[in-house]
Amino acid sequence: MDPAFWSVADIARRIAAGEVTAAEVTKAFVARIARIDPELGAYLFVDEGGAWAQAELIDRKRADNEPLGPLAGVPIALKDMIVTNGVATTAGSKILEGWLPPYDATVVEKLRAAGAVILGKVNCDEFGMGSSTERSAYKKTMNPWDPKRVPGGSSGGSAAAVAAGLCAASLGTDTGGSIRQPAAFCGVVGLKPTYGRVSRYGIVAFASSLDQVGPLTHTVADAALVLQAIAGHDPRDSTSLPSAPPTFSAEGGVSGLKIGLPKEYFAGEIDADVRTALAAAVAALKDKGATIVEVSLPHTELALPAYYIVAPAEASSNLARYDGIRYGKRAEALDLMSLYTHTRGERFGPEVKRRIMLGTYALRSGYYDAYYKKAQQIRTLIKRDFDEAFTQCDVLLTPTTPTPAYELGAKSTPLEMYLGDIFTLACNLAGLPGMSVPCGLTSTGLPVGAQLLGKALDEATLLRTGAVIEAAVGLGDKRPTGIGGIA
Amino acid sequence: MTELAQLLEIYEPVIGLEVHVQLATKTKSATGFGEPPNSLTDPVVLGLPGALPVFNTAMLQLALKLGVATSSQIRAKSRFARKHYFYPDQPKNYQITQFDEPLCENGHLDLIVGGAVKRVRLERIHLEEDAGKNTHVGAVSHVDLNRAGVPLCEVVSAPELTSSEEAAEFMRALHRLVRWLEISEGDMEKGHMRCDANVSVRLRGEDRLGTRTELKNINSFRFVQNAIDHEIARQVRLIDGGGRVERETRLWDADLGQSAPMRSKEEANDYRYFPDPDLPMLVVGADMMGSILRGLPELPVARFERYVKIHKVAADDARTLVSDRALADYFDAALKAHPGDESGRTIANWILTELLGALNAGGKAIADSPMAPATLAALVVLVETGTISGKIGKDIFAESYKTGEAPAAIVERRGVQQISDEALLWSIVEKVVAASPKQTADYQGGKDTLFGYFVGQVMKETQGRANPVMTTDLLKKRLGR
Repeated sequence: MDPAFWSVADIARRIAAGEVTAAEVTKAFVARIARIDPELGAYLFVDEGGAWAQAELIDRKRADNEPLGPLAGVPIALKDMIVTNGVATTAGSKILEGWLPPYDATVVEKLRAAGAVILGKVNCDEFGMGSSTERSAYKKTMNPWDPKRVPGGSSGGSAAAVAAGLCAASLGTDTGGSIRQPAAFCGVVGLKPTYGRVSRYGIVAFASSLDQVGPLTHTVADAALVLQAIAGHDPRDSTSLPSAPPTFSAEGGVSGLKIGLPKEYFAGEIDADVRTALAAAVAALKDKGATIVEVSLPHTELALPAYYIVAPAEASSNLARYDGIRYGKRAEALDLMSLYTHTRGERFGPEVKRRIMLGTYALRSGYYDAYYKKAQQIRTLIKRDFDEAFTQCDVLLTPTTPTPAYELGAKSTPLEMYLGDIFTLACNLAGLPGMSVPCGLTSTGLPVGAQLLGKALDEATLLRTGAVIEAAVGLGDKRPTGIGGIA
Repeated sequence: MTELAQLLEIYEPVIGLEVHVQLATKTKSATGFGEPPNSLTDPVVLGLPGALPVFNTAMLQLALKLGVATSSQIRAKSRFARKHYFYPDQPKNYQITQFDEPLCENGHLDLIVGGAVKRVRLERIHLEEDAGKNTHVGAVSHVDLNRAGVPLCEVVSAPELTSSEEAAEFMRALHRLVRWLEISEGDMEKGHMRCDANVSVRLRGEDRLGTRTELKNINSFRFVQNAIDHEIARQVRLIDGGGRVERETRLWDADLGQSAPMRSKEEANDYRYFPDPDLPMLVVGADMMGSILRGLPELPVARFERYVKIHKVAADDARTLVSDRALADYFDAALKAHPGDESGRTIANWILTELLGALNAGGKAIADSPMAPATLAALVVLVETGTISGKIGKDIFAESYKTGEAPAAIVERRGVQQISDEALLWSIVEKVVAASPKQTADYQGGKDTLFGYFVGQVMKETQGRANPVMTTDLLKKRLGR
């Protein structure tokens, strides 16, 4: 029995049917992590104790014929931006080293209630600020398809862990593409729900108006199952949407759907293999009965500059609380001001400091109108672009990234790194749902992701469209071979 | 004349107040006082990573009551902003407050000053969260976050107060109003109301405002007055001595009775305000406004004016009556039970002296009064109609207060009706005069002080029941002067 690449639905069904116990599944995953992760570097903390306790609870419930949740016994990894009661939560930063949170994020409560077994916390760029997971203060995570390459980021650990079969599904957070881009790089499905669909309570905040939690999974159907478990209104998050989530499903096909290709997303420099893979996805959708239309999102080029005002501005504010006074490590200092500056100076990484400075500058008295307010106005224009496009189509299809996974250290300047996110940022600025689905491999054997962008609250259309791409041009049974023992 | 008093004939103080009022809500009401430090916290209060603020509508309604009661313009959509500065009593290192889009603007607060009403403009009333409290013991600093996150209303007056007395009166008026509206317990000792004062001075007749200083940490009516007086004196002496007032924040130390500079303008923070992305716009719907307006009680200053103008209550008494809504309500109920409209002054006297005296002696609040307003009104009627004398009335009051028996029944049972029968009183007067030949001769010889003796004798003959006015008249008539 090797459950490493079983689907979420499969694991839950087999445990419920008594074919296998939650303890056996957990044991298999814990053993795999011990074997493969030293080379992969996805996990920051493996919570074996917590995982065993939950697995035993599930098995006992089954023995007592108690109802089991939809994710009963499903092993899940959490991006380390997600707060877990009694389990270290660092957000990939030294400033939170040693902090043991006294509470669970809403999504963690919901996962546990659904029966999920939380295996541990996975690596990410510090506070989600990065696109390669190289900005983690703790370790590098490799791309399971090629260990010389990055897994993407900031949810690189979440994507790598799923791709390498070190969990059945994971949660990531996405502020400007941090779920979708690593999903594309690692050949897994990554879904960023509509802003407000999933509670942010207990998610270490990077940029509050952009952050959203979502699943990374092997299949589109799995993404629907995990999203179902975590979605819904939360009174503890005032930005969570009141509308009750529908039943999410990968079923339905694309017959009669209008799929828009935003011309601005195909105009720039895109890797030839990525173009080829996207063309195959488009052909498959057409073949299954969808209509393809070209649409325009004229303000696309403003997304990057607007994002790099809004996100750092909010981050500079959100990260003010890390001062060494109440939690995390505190630097030695003789007075209060030096306590602040030493703690923050020593324990924040360079990318975090860069964004705090950018954001602090943008919010300075007298500069608000020129920067933050202007960027918010651009967001309105970007939203209108999408509204307009959605009068002509039901869902948009774009590449998730211009290139497949690049080598560690390849993006030597911050700007190069930022430019890799041009296709994913607008979705967050507009608060819309977005999903990356594998749509084939490059000639060198690296996964390519197709990005679907939907109307607000219309994850359903993303899921059924994604399922068609997955069935036609997905990776099927191809497994990463970059690290020994995965496949 | 002291040197300071002379200076104050030349210089005029101008004062504006910023008062923080803790709103009393069920979730985290005026807590944190006297509780063990940090015992009333949770992830949100502590500003833990991942925690998010929540604003509840109950708080909005409390703030709206104050906005409507001060005739403020209410913003249908207002916004929360983050105000950034690093300090250990502030867990997030930013405070959630309102900046350029406050809930209320351009209202006014009415003060009762010297028996008249003075209207002071309010620049704004906005919502914000409280910070924690730092204490310093030697080289060690402690932070208590019990108070952090408690919702506050900040009330900002225009710079229109011209003396420390007026500033203290502003505080009293606001205190009266928030208690009247039941939006805060208003307990200054527990920090439910805290005040910062902006103080400047200028030459009398000058239009422009002088450089102001901000006094922080003024937490009682008395401190307001002391702190402002102290600051006015400091400023006028400084200017008179050729110096210049610096724009700075000063911390008032009530124990030392003096203020010390806290930070200068140069050190002032750039607060980097921006709309809080964790909180949606604060929307005041027509329904909510309607229910606030409908639920608004008659306000204390309106009652004060009614008491004085219509019910002829003395201004000082009227002011006392409206200092407490329950007391004013009692007065109104007694008025209502009383048949006349112009007996307010008498009813007020009975309430403020007899009733409050008895309640205070028993440690009772007006709301727990054993005597109903209608009973007190009935007693007043007995006195006013001359059925009993005022002096007897006090005895009847005491008994009725104690036993709950109706005053008329007590009067009947005890037979203490006032004697107003002129013929009967005349015969008693005759008898008293006849029995006191020496006193009569002395009085008639010019010893005026003896008149009281004769009144006393008549009262003695009648067990105090003689109508005092008639007694005086008849005695004067009989004694010839």
